[in-house]
Amino acid sequence: MLEKDKLDQLRKSKCSWSEKKVQKTLNRFPERKQQFVTGSNEKIERLYTPTEVEGQDYENDLGFPGQFPYTRGVQPTMYRGRFWTMRQYAGFATAEESNKRYKYLLEQGQTGLSVAFDLPTQIGYDSDHSLSEGEVGKVGVAIDSLKDMEILFEGIPLDKVSTSMTINAPASVLLAMYIAVAEKQGVSSDQLRGTIQNDILKEYIARGTYIFPTAPSMRLITDIFEFCSKDVPNWNTISISGYHIREAGSSAIQEVAFTLANGIAYVEAAIKAGLDVDTFAPRLSFFFNAHNDLLEEVAKFRAARRLWARIMKERFNAENPKSMQLKFHTQTGGSTLTAQQPDNNIVRVAIQTLAAVLGGTQSLHTNSKDEALALPTEDSVRVALRTQQIVAYESGVAETIDPLGGSYYVESLTDAIEAGAIEYIKKIDHLGGAAQAIEKGYIQKEIMDSSYEYQKQVESNERIVVGMNKFQIKEEAPKGLLRVDPTVGELQKQKINEIKAERNNKAVEEKLSKLKEAAYSDANLMPYIIDAVKEYATLGEVCGVLREVFGEYQQSVIL
Amino acid sequence: MNLAEGLMNKDKRAAARLITLIESNDTEAINTLSRLYKHTGGAHVIGITGPPGAGKSTLTDKLAKELRQIGKTVGIIAVDPTSPFTGGSILGDRVRMADLYTDAGVFIRSMGTRGHLGGLSKATLGAVKILDIYGFDYIFIETVGVGQSEVDIVKAADTVIMIMVPGLGDDIQAIKAGIMEIGDLFAINKSDREGADRTKVEIEMMLDYNHSDWRPPVLQIVATENKGVKELLEKIQFHREYLQSSNRLIERRRKNSEIEIIDLVQDSLMKRVLQKDNRTEIEKMAKEVALRKLDPYTVSEDLINKIINY
Amino acid sequence: MTRPIRVLVAKPGLDGHDRGAKVIARALRDAGMEVIYTGLRQTPEQIVQSAIQEDVDVVALSILSGAHNHLLPKVVELLKNEKVYEEMLVIGGGVIPDEDIPGLKESGLAGIFTPGTPTQATIDFIKENLKREL
Repeated sequence: MLEKDKLDQLRKSKCSWSEKKVQKTLNRFPERKQQFVTGSNEKIERLYTPTEVEGQDYENDLGFPGQFPYTRGVQPTMYRGRFWTMRQYAGFATAEESNKRYKYLLEQGQTGLSVAFDLPTQIGYDSDHSLSEGEVGKVGVAIDSLKDMEILFEGIPLDKVSTSMTINAPASVLLAMYIAVAEKQGVSSDQLRGTIQNDILKEYIARGTYIFPTAPSMRLITDIFEFCSKDVPNWNTISISGYHIREAGSSAIQEVAFTLANGIAYVEAAIKAGLDVDTFAPRLSFFFNAHNDLLEEVAKFRAARRLWARIMKERFNAENPKSMQLKFHTQTGGSTLTAQQPDNNIVRVAIQTLAAVLGGTQSLHTNSKDEALALPTEDSVRVALRTQQIVAYESGVAETIDPLGGSYYVESLTDAIEAGAIEYIKKIDHLGGAAQAIEKGYIQKEIMDSSYEYQKQVESNERIVVGMNKFQIKEEAPKGLLRVDPTVGELQKQKINEIKAERNNKAVEEKLSKLKEAAYSDANLMPYIIDAVKEYATLGEVCGVLREVFGEYQQSVIL
Repeated sequence: MNLAEGLMNKDKRAAARLITLIESNDTEAINTLSRLYKHTGGAHVIGITGPPGAGKSTLTDKLAKELRQIGKTVGIIAVDPTSPFTGGSILGDRVRMADLYTDAGVFIRSMGTRGHLGGLSKATLGAVKILDIYGFDYIFIETVGVGQSEVDIVKAADTVIMIMVPGLGDDIQAIKAGIMEIGDLFAINKSDREGADRTKVEIEMMLDYNHSDWRPPVLQIVATENKGVKELLEKIQFHREYLQSSNRLIERRRKNSEIEIIDLVQDSLMKRVLQKDNRTEIEKMAKEVALRKLDPYTVSEDLINKIINY
Repeated sequence: MTRPIRVLVAKPGLDGHDRGAKVIARALRDAGMEVIYTGLRQTPEQIVQSAIQEDVDVVALSILSGAHNHLLPKVVELLKNEKVYEEMLVIGGGVIPDEDIPGLKESGLAGIFTPGTPTQATIDFIKENLKREL
């Protein structure tokens, strides 16, 4: 960014500083470590100066907020306009209980809902399926039929809130139910705002709640893209997620690389299905993790934004600026929380909140301190939300846009993360794209290598985790952890039986057989699924039909 | 638990324990096998080999399911490499066969190569015999087609399936020299991919040099989608009929037994050569050899004579 | 030692978070053990049949779904029914609250390893507590 002779002069000065000043100090006081690395094991220099970012061109590489390549932010005013959406992921046991929690969170000043589903729901099994035993309502709310969905959103006006649903393999079914509930509230689908996660590739890679094989899964996804572009235009049709990739142990670079590689795969699939890039790309959204290495994380978000803009413009020839804007939700890093001295987690979450906000997130979930132990209690959820509010209202970091932009270190890291991600994406392209790279186990193995490396560093005390491998204390087992009522499973089973007795079973059968027919053809499945759930066909029944037609995904394990 | 009795009574725990013992070269287990050897020979043994990632486990899973459909029982031995550095291994072939775990008519066993000299085929062939005595109709041995000892194991099967994937290109040339000739059947998996036809042509061309009276069929399959698996099974049956006609099966098994006997003799001799007092002797002699007081030829001849006469 | 320790690493329940299972699998491998990995979403029946056929010394169960109180004792119960429990060391790991541990141990799990446990601790525990000779 500086003129050449000035840079040369600076280089000389830096050299002489290093040789004279630094060396002298080092001789007397050696540094703490031989080599300093980021949370993702990238080497860190002693000092960053303009010489480390001399290749950067302000207009091309950074630009202005709301302008290509969006490095500094996707909106022209960012948080000066309004804060990010504070969205706490929550969902417990039954629809009734979750409904209560949502109303509480809305009263507490939360601005959007985020629904967590239990594992049977995420894998397309009803609560009375044999594999659901012991799992019903454990990690989120159990949804078996439209009835549960009606209870879940009872008294919550769906035209007023935006709702994010962490649902992937059966995303179509839950979206269909949401549309049906809205209709009953008198809210038309074009008024609905929210997000479904709908990101199957990262399920194969890291999260594991897949159902169908790759090809039909991609079809379900592009069906949603197409359907929503016409009928639910304000809905974010996918949340391409790096969060779980990071949780599985990836580095920051890998998080960006593999998430964007998956993004590329979805865009390609949609284009192949005949959609125009600018009709669906504006509704693609992203979901990242925020870890403790504050500055690396900020750089990660900035690099992801810039790289995605470039990919959309250069690789896919998108023309609509909205197609190029990487908008993302952030969740603080669950795997960074320790079961030891759980109060320390509040501090970790605060740092991660800063990272997300300084990185320009559009919405944020902050983890509660007790999440390494069990589901969070209401008290700890409140502290987590307050953390966001303190950063928003008291810290001052939201008062200007991208305040770390121009930091030599952050800019240099931003460049390095982008370059590293590009390398990975090239390799994945070479393997035939993300889906193929996953099938070959390449992505999983790269993540696993990072994860194992990290584990070894922690065990050898090369990497310090406060309270876990240093500064330990003797502590009492925590008390008052939230428990899921073990009778939830029975309760749900009872509800299913009631529904099956009350509904028009003939209509259900008919709608399901129409769905099956459509699944064998290449018709868009969304309307068929909506028809079926409106007749109170259960989630398990709808997914069962699709399982029959599509088969199930086979995990490819590479360790 | 009397293991021999348990095995004869189809107790999976007995079979599993015997395999463990055979793998550890347990003398008593070997005696048990030699006593029960007359009960082997009933199973059709199928070797499946091919490069890593070709889909061996998935194919084994699908073939086993087809066989179960027609009421046949299936034993599966999946061999994976052991790390030469730590002696440990992660055996993950089962993952693709999860539906079969609880099927009473199926037995799956994972084995690490454990890096023992020649002992690998002794252990795996021992395991095959155990499953044979147990009474499984079909026994699959699944192993990566690298390394001579692994090839040896597969060769011991009645029918060998080579599994390939499209786009291997030069790899076929490389593989050809070593193990292509052991294939009785060729399955090109993932044949919905580009290059499947070319791979088929390449294999067929290579087979043109084969002049035996069995021309290995080359099939295009997609194991994950169960495409071509039934046809492959038909070819397996066909190969079995071919073997059974005019004593070919006996002839093949005679050849394999010959190899097995030589292997066992080698193994046993090596063990005797390397037993403790010989080791000390060898160390002593080596010093003399190094000092040029003795020569290695005479030393080794003497050692062998001593062992054989012993 | 005549043979490596054989360990079945299994994930009962529906959760797909296998980072812990994979890390422990690698660590056991690097400690010279033979690890048999069974993949996700395993029912107790599947786990027990695998343990029998693989004739393992250790059954290591990783679970993060919160269904541990239901699924882990079920595995032990089935191992007992099949008369192999006496020879197999059964351990568990994952997000398991401290207050659940005594109950799980009473049901027959020899050890429970929660987040933050060094893999070496698990390795040592296995080596010291094997139920049968190698």
